[in-house]
Amino acid sequence: MRQDTRVTEVPQSLPFAVPGGRRRMLPVTEVVVLVILTLAPLALQDYLTVYATRVLILCLFALSFDLVWGYAGIMSFGQSLFFGTAGYSVALIARDLDIASIFVVIPTGVLIGFVGALLLGGFLLLGRHPSSVIFVSLGTMTGAYAADRLARGWYYLGGQNGIPSIQSMTIGSYELNEGPVFYYLALAILLIVYLLCRFLVRSQFGLALAGLRENEQRIAFFGYKVQHLKAIIFALSGAVAGLAGTLYAFHEGFVWPNMLGVVMSTQVVLYVLFGGAGTLIGAVIGTVVVEAVTFWLSNSYQDIWPIILGILLLLVIMFRPAGLISLVLGERERVGNFGRSRQKGGHGAA
Amino acid sequence: MALLEATGIVKSFGKLTALNGAALSISDHEFHGLIGPNGSGKSTLLKCVAGAETPTQGRVQFAGADITGASPAERARAGMSLKFQITSVLPALTLYDNILLALQAKSSLVDLLFSRSRGALHDRVMGMLEQFRLAERAHDPASALSHGQQQWLEIAMALAAEPRLLLLDEPTGGMSLEERRVTGELLQPIKAGCSLVIVEHDLDFIRDICDRLTVLDQGSVLCCGTVQEIQSNPKVQEVYLRRA
Repeated sequence: MRQDTRVTEVPQSLPFAVPGGRRRMLPVTEVVVLVILTLAPLALQDYLTVYATRVLILCLFALSFDLVWGYAGIMSFGQSLFFGTAGYSVALIARDLDIASIFVVIPTGVLIGFVGALLLGGFLLLGRHPSSVIFVSLGTMTGAYAADRLARGWYYLGGQNGIPSIQSMTIGSYELNEGPVFYYLALAILLIVYLLCRFLVRSQFGLALAGLRENEQRIAFFGYKVQHLKAIIFALSGAVAGLAGTLYAFHEGFVWPNMLGVVMSTQVVLYVLFGGAGTLIGAVIGTVVVEAVTFWLSNSYQDIWPIILGILLLLVIMFRPAGLISLVLGERERVGNFGRSRQKGGHGAA
Repeated sequence: MALLEATGIVKSFGKLTALNGAALSISDHEFHGLIGPNGSGKSTLLKCVAGAETPTQGRVQFAGADITGASPAERARAGMSLKFQITSVLPALTLYDNILLALQAKSSLVDLLFSRSRGALHDRVMGMLEQFRLAERAHDPASALSHGQQQWLEIAMALAAEPRLLLLDEPTGGMSLEERRVTGELLQPIKAGCSLVIVEHDLDFIRDICDRLTVLDQGSVLCCGTVQEIQSNPKVQEVYLRRA
């Protein structure tokens, strides 16, 4: 039979080339975003640096959702459950035990997010048969809704008002207050988590996740324990959400029921859809752009900004279903290669 | 002792009984065809063997172990591999990654996290692609292949983990005559390594590659024997003539 003999060799002279002759845009995009985020406080006024710090923390939260949805195809509509639970937990530790050391609260928040996701994931994902997307999304959403209602009605957690006036996070005797120092702490943590996630999604484990996302039944017949894979990535994403919730609680200085609820969960879905699910940098860009546009619109069009933002989100989702990142990265670079051929001019997953 | 022994398989979907006491016995290195008219239960029997469907009654034994209630993953780890009737390669991934995905399935979680077997599996991935005449397209996405080539890729994926038993559900569906001929050529060399159960409508193809056949009709085994025995069996001729 006739064989297609298209050659996909990569010209050695192009350091950022991908098969097909296109330049590799992923590392360029990542470096550009990192440079912009690093230099931002130099150009921003103080109150904007505080706002930008919040955005960086939300980028972490978006990475946690992208891991489960973009890479593993698990629709978690209750990601804020882990974000908020970790936030409330460290707020209680700070209020009741007077502990705010970064070396205690961050590991605690990560652990709470991890364990919470492991427990919920165990319940939703570890059945005899694979769980449907609808079951998981409704299950996670119900969890977030229930936690929100619980927090609103529980006096110990501050009810509707949440827990105000959380003391500052500390490193030794140094207090980390909002401003440039907290900004760079958040940026450093975001960078570390991003690199760890990048390592994970480009590994052979990442290939298994891609298989899970593309055709769960197929890979079960290869011998993969798909429910275990799902539970692991769900728990890891919970740990990242817990980390984000911890930073958010100390940065804002208070926690409130919205941190646990469906609105926050929906917000993170929009960040990732807007930027591009299944690409880590897309989640970061989506969060930054949505938050920047929200900030600008809410100042300029105080009454109708949610409508304008909603239309903008709809337009991107309709005409760029792969998100803003698809303006820069081609499909092959977004999906990535996982084999040893990567070293010969291929590329990893975004 | 048979490698696979399925006995008394009953499978009901509500009031519909798709299989009614069907049986299948496969020896080591045997190529076995499952044939029968449309709706006779061939694919359902294959699914019951592979774990895609759980039999309502009956028992499936593989390599001496009872696997009736085992999950597809457990069966795969025991040495059974399935190619689906509907092509189910992973279209967004490259051919290379499709094969690597199949090959690394039995690696430990730690090995996967640290990509320990990536280098070691490279030659096996390329070997499988060369065996199925797809090496030159290793870095193309699977979606770019023709239907016939996607079928080959899926057979290569099913074979990648060196199974003891390969189950193929209509591997030549939608292929041209030339592609069917090549598929037959590609399957012959695997006989040294594994047994094969194949569901296929193309009787010429089945006759060329299979040692024995089982004929199903209305969910039950009509007869079982060598290709010559089946060809001369009047009951088989009657079933096919009745449906023609």
